[in-house]
Amino acid sequence: MQGKFEPHSTLMSDAQMRRVIRRMAGEIVERNGGVEGLMLVGIRTRGVPLAERLAAEIERTEEVKLPLGILDITLYRDDLSTIGPQPVVKGSHLPEPVEDRTLVLCDDVLYTGRTVRAALDALLDYGRPRTVELAVLMDHGHRELPIQADVVGSVVQTAEEEVVEVAFEATDGADRVRLLRRVATDSGAES
Amino acid sequence: MSSDRWVLRGGRVVDPSQDLDGFFDLLVEDGCVSKIEESLSAPEGCEVFDATGLVICPGLVDMHVHFREPGQEYKESIETGSRAAAAGGFTAVACMANTDPVNDKRSVTAHIVAEAERFGYARVHPIGAVSKGMAGEELAEIGEMVRAGAVAVSDDGLPVKNAELMRRALLYARHFDIPVIQHAEDLDLTGTGVMHEGEVSTRLGLPGIPGSSEDVVVARDLILTEDSGGRYHVAHLSTARSLDMVRQAKAKGMAVTCEVTPHHLLLTDETIAEMEFSSDTKMKPPLRSESDRQALLAGLVDGTIDAIASDHAPHHPDEKAVEFSCSPFGILGLETTLSLCLDRLVRSGTLTLTRLVELLSTGPARILGLEAGSLAVGRPADITVFDSERRVVIDKDHFQSKSRNTPFEGWKLQGGSVVTFVGGRKVSL
Amino acid sequence: MSWARKDLLGIAELSPEEIGLILDTAESFREVAERPIKKVPTLRGRTVINLFFEASTRTRSSFEIAEKRLSADSMNFSASSSALVKGESLIDTAMNLQAMSPDLIVIRHGFPGAPHLLARHLPAGIINAGDGAHEHPTQALLDAATIRRHKGKIEGLKVSIIGDIEHSRVVRSNIHLLTKMGAEVTVAGPYTLMPPGIEALGARVSYSLDEALDGADVVMMLRIQLERQGRMRVPSVKEYFKLFGLQAQHLARANKDVIVMHPGPMNRGVEISSEVADGPYSVILEQVENGVAVRMAVLYLLSGAQGESR
Repeated sequence: MQGKFEPHSTLMSDAQMRRVIRRMAGEIVERNGGVEGLMLVGIRTRGVPLAERLAAEIERTEEVKLPLGILDITLYRDDLSTIGPQPVVKGSHLPEPVEDRTLVLCDDVLYTGRTVRAALDALLDYGRPRTVELAVLMDHGHRELPIQADVVGSVVQTAEEEVVEVAFEATDGADRVRLLRRVATDSGAES
Repeated sequence: MSSDRWVLRGGRVVDPSQDLDGFFDLLVEDGCVSKIEESLSAPEGCEVFDATGLVICPGLVDMHVHFREPGQEYKESIETGSRAAAAGGFTAVACMANTDPVNDKRSVTAHIVAEAERFGYARVHPIGAVSKGMAGEELAEIGEMVRAGAVAVSDDGLPVKNAELMRRALLYARHFDIPVIQHAEDLDLTGTGVMHEGEVSTRLGLPGIPGSSEDVVVARDLILTEDSGGRYHVAHLSTARSLDMVRQAKAKGMAVTCEVTPHHLLLTDETIAEMEFSSDTKMKPPLRSESDRQALLAGLVDGTIDAIASDHAPHHPDEKAVEFSCSPFGILGLETTLSLCLDRLVRSGTLTLTRLVELLSTGPARILGLEAGSLAVGRPADITVFDSERRVVIDKDHFQSKSRNTPFEGWKLQGGSVVTFVGGRKVSL
Repeated sequence: MSWARKDLLGIAELSPEEIGLILDTAESFREVAERPIKKVPTLRGRTVINLFFEASTRTRSSFEIAEKRLSADSMNFSASSSALVKGESLIDTAMNLQAMSPDLIVIRHGFPGAPHLLARHLPAGIINAGDGAHEHPTQALLDAATIRRHKGKIEGLKVSIIGDIEHSRVVRSNIHLLTKMGAEVTVAGPYTLMPPGIEALGARVSYSLDEALDGADVVMMLRIQLERQGRMRVPSVKEYFKLFGLQAQHLARANKDVIVMHPGPMNRGVEISSEVADGPYSVILEQVENGVAVRMAVLYLLSGAQGESR
């Protein structure tokens, strides 16, 4: 994703986003018939605040505090040899063993599917979970791998030159989803 | 081809031997300087060399070079070494005895003289060994070598370690009125050292050679010189303390002289760090500290130092392309000395041009008893003409020398050699 | 910040930010060692050559484990089994290895500057695993990682390094690193093993064990090898132990939560007593553990600089 992007339109307001997260939390509990054996795992960076918000919703309705893991997929990326200087590794943390648990991978946006592929590889190095599910706030197509989300906040069809940007109150100061569009820049920025 | 009669016209003549610095024309006939006047008309059949804008001085003398012949012609030969001398503006050199076989007998001395005359790029004066095989045990046949053309004796490359042998050499050399040239180094103090011992060797983790390694030998030799009444010359002097001892010995009226190299005047141990362990910064004595360097510069100015000599020490590129610790000691000098001195010593204001010519010509000629070093009428016409304004960039790929080991590659300097005359003949390369 | 260097030749040229980046990255890599599957696919398809001209079981195996945990293909090349005994030059050896297209070469060599020579001649990234008495950057980094885990910081700590200062590459890299990160470093040892001008590196010099231990937060003991340096420096092991050997009673002078470190291999009863080496203040085995994480971090960061240069 290169070049310069500018906001084009708002896809979700703060109120809409709160409602969507509430629904997603409900779906997770419903499809698993409760919260028994569940662990939420946020993928760095924006998957983490999403997992936290889902955990908070579930705690509010079910009165259970789910274990919350953090996954850094940097070491599993398939593009490390092409991107230049290595991205900073912040590390993963899974509070409990994954054996026989139902893990819900959380990420803000599902796009090519490569991040989720890397996350699955990473998770499996921690052991053998019973099931892994995928929850994303925004699905905007352009898949490059055969990967689908189980719980989706919203689907939006985007063009090649568009990307979806998710902001969370905890990390960015406000809840918001925006559509960004690439703008013409001088050729230097593309190098 | 060159003719035997020349008029050098329009140049600035700098000749410390006659206290001369002005615009004169020179007439050269029969290999000698025959006239030196403000304006000369060229006689019939005489070639004219237009020296307008150039400096004319007595041919430069490098009293310390290694030409590696016989024995190590893959590094340098008398032919390539004397070509390098001519390219660097030198009309005479004195070559050290550490060849293979060692120049410790008449036959080797005679070979060097004959080879040099065959090519004629520059005069090559052999320096004989002090001891047979440079083994430091028995005196070499010094008299025989002097008869064959040797102008001094030295075991350079190695010190004369044995004090008794040094004492006898100083005494014996008196018969021939030649200096004993010492490579002043205590090999026990040097140990496994590869660079000057100090802050930088500590930082780089390289074994150090303390300044005392040079100083204890100079101190001992000065005592022996005083007692023997011989002539003593310190090769490539590199420390402030050795210089001080030489200064005191001179004040006492002893026959003591010394030379320094351009690299010890311009570089320090810090250069090894800057050049990241480049083996082109490894030589003996090692590049010393900045305070030693400053002391040497002062010694040039106050007259304690008698000569600048390059210690031209060729080594094959394969020998130098190794770890710093494994590389042989020594760097080239003949083709960089003049430009370095003109730019970094004269242009910088440290030395006058006259003093530089004294250090590069008149001084070393006097130490070795050569006829060179003067443009007085009747002297051999060994002349160096150079352009003190010309901008040059040191480029080792264009060296006449067979070797490439210089730390000065890429240096941008002002002042360079133009042409030399040896015995009245213009040298062409 | 991101890592831009092709090689890791020494600590001397690194900025505090670069050191911080390696230490932070190493912290993340520690977690890999705690998993059931201690391996990540990060350097899959990359080739690393461990070129060791000096025997060093621990540094080489630490690099090897780090390489394997990152899924790199690694190959060991040691002097004893090489053409070096037949007199092949370092550059020729390296050119031959380069022909196998390694991404990184880890080199241990007895002479200072050997890694720099390789770095000048080869496109592969060069990691200095110890060059003579010059530098041993990954050792200093793993020492720093160990200190940080125990003290939470490096800035303001009093660190004393004791032993053969002259011949130690560990000392030099540690002085560079610790002073850049704001620690106060004292080196101590016999007069005959103290190199001139070490103060210029930023360390305070002491010739007394007691003085060096006063108020120390961290004590690093260095290996003494008298057989190597000769009896002109120190007359005997027994005499050395009496002058500079660390024993339990000495630690009373140090800070109460002092940690004792040693780069290994240890000579018990020469520079350190078993009581101290195995005692409550010793973090020597943690150093080894951190070594793998630090080397993973270095391999990871440098391999990114390789990707960029191509």
